[in-house]
Amino acid sequence: MLQQFLDSLIADGTLGGMPRDVAYLIGMLGAGALVVFGFVLNISGVTTFVERRVWARIQSRIGPNRVGPQGILQWLADGIKLLMKEEAIPFAADSALFKLAPFVVTVGFITAFVAVPFSSALVIADLNLGILYITSMTSLVVVGIMIAGWASNNKWSLIGGIRAAAQIVSYEIPAALSIFTVILITGTLSMQGIIQQQGWGPWDWFIFHSPFTFVGFFITFVSLLAEGNRTPFDLPEAESELVAGFVTEYSGARYLFFFLVEWGNLYVISAILVTLFLGGWQVPMIPGLAESPFWLNLTQAVTFIVKSYAGVITMMWIRATLPRVRVDQLMSTCWKYLLPIAFVNFMGTALWVLIWPEGFRFAELALTLLGFSMVVYFFYRVVFHLRRSGAELTFSPLS
Amino acid sequence: MSIAGFEVEVDRGRGLETEEMTLNMGPQHPSTHGVLRFVVKADGEIMRRAIPDVGYLHRSIEKISEKVGYHGFMPYTDRVDYVAAMFCNQGWGMVTEKLADIEVPKRGEYCRVIAAELNRISSHLLSVGTMILDIGAITPFFHAFREREKINDLLEELCGARLTYNYMRIGGVAWDLPPGYEEKVLAFLSQFDRMLEEYDDLVTSNKLFRARCSGVAAISPADAAAYNLVGPNLRACGVRYDVRRDEPYSVYPELEFDVPVGTGSAGAVGDSFDRYLVRILEIKESIKILRQCFQQIPDGPVVAKVPRKLKPPAGDVQIRVESARGDMSWYAVSDGSEFPYRCKVRTGSFAAMGMIEELSKGLMLADLVTVIASLDIVAPEVDR
Amino acid sequence: MEAAEIHAALRDKFSDKISATDEAAKDPSAVVDGAAIREICAFLRDDERLRFDVLNNQTGVDYKAEGYIEVVYHLYSYEYRHGVVLKARANRDEPVLPSVEEVWKAANWLEREIYDLLGVKFLDHTDLRRLLMPEDWVGYPLRKDFVEPEEYHGISTTRESLLR
Repeated sequence: MLQQFLDSLIADGTLGGMPRDVAYLIGMLGAGALVVFGFVLNISGVTTFVERRVWARIQSRIGPNRVGPQGILQWLADGIKLLMKEEAIPFAADSALFKLAPFVVTVGFITAFVAVPFSSALVIADLNLGILYITSMTSLVVVGIMIAGWASNNKWSLIGGIRAAAQIVSYEIPAALSIFTVILITGTLSMQGIIQQQGWGPWDWFIFHSPFTFVGFFITFVSLLAEGNRTPFDLPEAESELVAGFVTEYSGARYLFFFLVEWGNLYVISAILVTLFLGGWQVPMIPGLAESPFWLNLTQAVTFIVKSYAGVITMMWIRATLPRVRVDQLMSTCWKYLLPIAFVNFMGTALWVLIWPEGFRFAELALTLLGFSMVVYFFYRVVFHLRRSGAELTFSPLS
Repeated sequence: MSIAGFEVEVDRGRGLETEEMTLNMGPQHPSTHGVLRFVVKADGEIMRRAIPDVGYLHRSIEKISEKVGYHGFMPYTDRVDYVAAMFCNQGWGMVTEKLADIEVPKRGEYCRVIAAELNRISSHLLSVGTMILDIGAITPFFHAFREREKINDLLEELCGARLTYNYMRIGGVAWDLPPGYEEKVLAFLSQFDRMLEEYDDLVTSNKLFRARCSGVAAISPADAAAYNLVGPNLRACGVRYDVRRDEPYSVYPELEFDVPVGTGSAGAVGDSFDRYLVRILEIKESIKILRQCFQQIPDGPVVAKVPRKLKPPAGDVQIRVESARGDMSWYAVSDGSEFPYRCKVRTGSFAAMGMIEELSKGLMLADLVTVIASLDIVAPEVDR
Repeated sequence: MEAAEIHAALRDKFSDKISATDEAAKDPSAVVDGAAIREICAFLRDDERLRFDVLNNQTGVDYKAEGYIEVVYHLYSYEYRHGVVLKARANRDEPVLPSVEEVWKAANWLEREIYDLLGVKFLDHTDLRRLLMPEDWVGYPLRKDFVEPEEYHGISTTRESLLR
């Protein structure tokens, strides 16, 4: 689409004889900047605000509600404040690496967005090794974290950095193995290709494709949670143990970058899960929708973002509920449980695809039913707890 | 070491040696509960030793007692343990009453017990809330503090302060219960009962929480006695000893309550989880005590007639109060003048703090914060 | 066991080392020979009838007029639920007492505190350092003749005005 647009501009002569490659380069940079500034940075910021409000509700507080209507501009105020702040670099720190680290982290995060799809047409580049590209690019984050931990010349930072490295390297393996189960079914690594092979209905999603992908979804979820340093796996910056882990010595804008990445990563994790297992941007083909590319892409983008954000909110809810695991428990979870199960899944899916290359409709429907009964049971429990203690939450002994 | 019947020589010393790291945890650290410092000798994530360095909060309260007189010292006792100030008030009141042979009126004693038990609940809530915060969960901390706020409101209505109460006087308490206080406390208690169930669901039965606490720093009853561990920490080791029951004071003999002990329900007896659970069970016992108090409280004066210039006869006495952090031992010497000659308080945290160096050997770095939190150490109580 | 019986048991074993007992006081106590405090404590802990397994409190008191520092041991038994108070006196000019750390571990910190605030040296203590005061502090604050120094590391210890 971009290419056609640029071609038409060149044909018009608007660009005044600019070489084709340069025009393409500028066009791509412009589109990239649009995505980064229009979506990536904002989604991290808004996510911090949403997270604080969601937490506040869970913890019977109100949360930020002063800046803008209902505090919706709080994230902007926080960001501007952090940008304005003085940046202190410790005297003993390795200054060059110390300054470099936040950018490595940010690059690892933002470049992942190159292959993250939003709708059937809205994707910066539909790379044919999409998912592989994303997993390798997000792994760049750990390099940045390790640099930050080392360069700070602070023992807490160092422990945080080492923990991050150990954790991410370990959890890459089950995550990759579970991602491969989907690749076995699709035969393609392209993000768009994977989505195109799923349908809009839950029974056409890969999570309900077979029992193995069903388990694989949860393994991927847990592993990606660990890779994103989220509770219960937030050991690298465990504030009650390591002060603030690898960000202990950072302040100002560089500190901001780390948190930009941390919250933005939530969206990337969810986008990966939605793409691989939850049907991506697939929408039902209502007659008339297919004819209008604008409305089609809009519905698809909304579907995708809503699904991803549901994942983001789930992760917030997990963070608000669970305590942190210990480092030995973290490692044994990965190597003793997730890894063997991921291997079994991988083999199982291979067999399943061999037996039913087109999928097994009965299993898909049964798993869909199972998945939905789990969701219904969850909401039943929520209602039960609210009924039991709803009145007590607002009780005050003095009124 | 043997693997499947074969004797394998593993030389752990050579080639695998790592440098011991000295970490300075504190004085400013998020989970040291006040200003205290640990010098941690660690090999990676595993601690060799954690040496406590206290004294950052030393306000020389014992020295102050020698300068301000018996009545004047009461507000200072609040600062010994500002999380559970009622017990320090009560301790100082009791030790002076014993020195000067003052009888506290019955209603005054009941007021003391009501205030102290409310304070015990709030202190235990703070303890378990911060413990789970140190383990990494955030929400239960807010839930605990939400309930604690309500108790603070109640105590504020009783004595006008939310933290440093200065409620008790030598010979009784400063004020009688305000009108309608019974209804307010009972309404709170019936509400709190149901919130405790919620807390059990969220924390006590949380698998990750249990996994983090089970078997961490389990203490044997013999060790607990040798280190003079007291209060909930001692009872978690399986020793059924409570000063309120075994060395009764005040009106506790007239009240019925159980003394919960650790059973090792998550792992070993006397581990961090037991210490947590004993506190939760004690909150339930305190609720029982409070309900009985309001049924049995008689009418009458709340404070005995005590001379302004109190001059107890020369001598030395010791009393023991079951504070929220356990047996708090007050020792006072009088020389017949209006100023105490010497006053000493040995607090629960002081004893627990002395044990940390021994407990920390071989634990993970993350377990140190669990241990500090589960022993319920309040730094000002250590330093005084 | 009542205080009188415990004192009698002590007298049976260490007749020459118990200088005075006081059963009439509010807290009955026994003044013992400071040099023998460790043997006495070990006996009290290990004896079948006594079993004082807890050192509940240990306090130092400076009796300046009498010229000695008294260290008070409050012992307690979880098994028999009885207690006893021992008092050991040390010369004020150079107070030295044997440590009871090997009898009860709790004495480690309690003795460090007494050393810190009153300057009593405990022999055979494994780690006799200051506990609450800074390590370079001069003097023992809880002694009755302690005079607060004017300044500490160049920081004045008094305020020019009480209002500031």
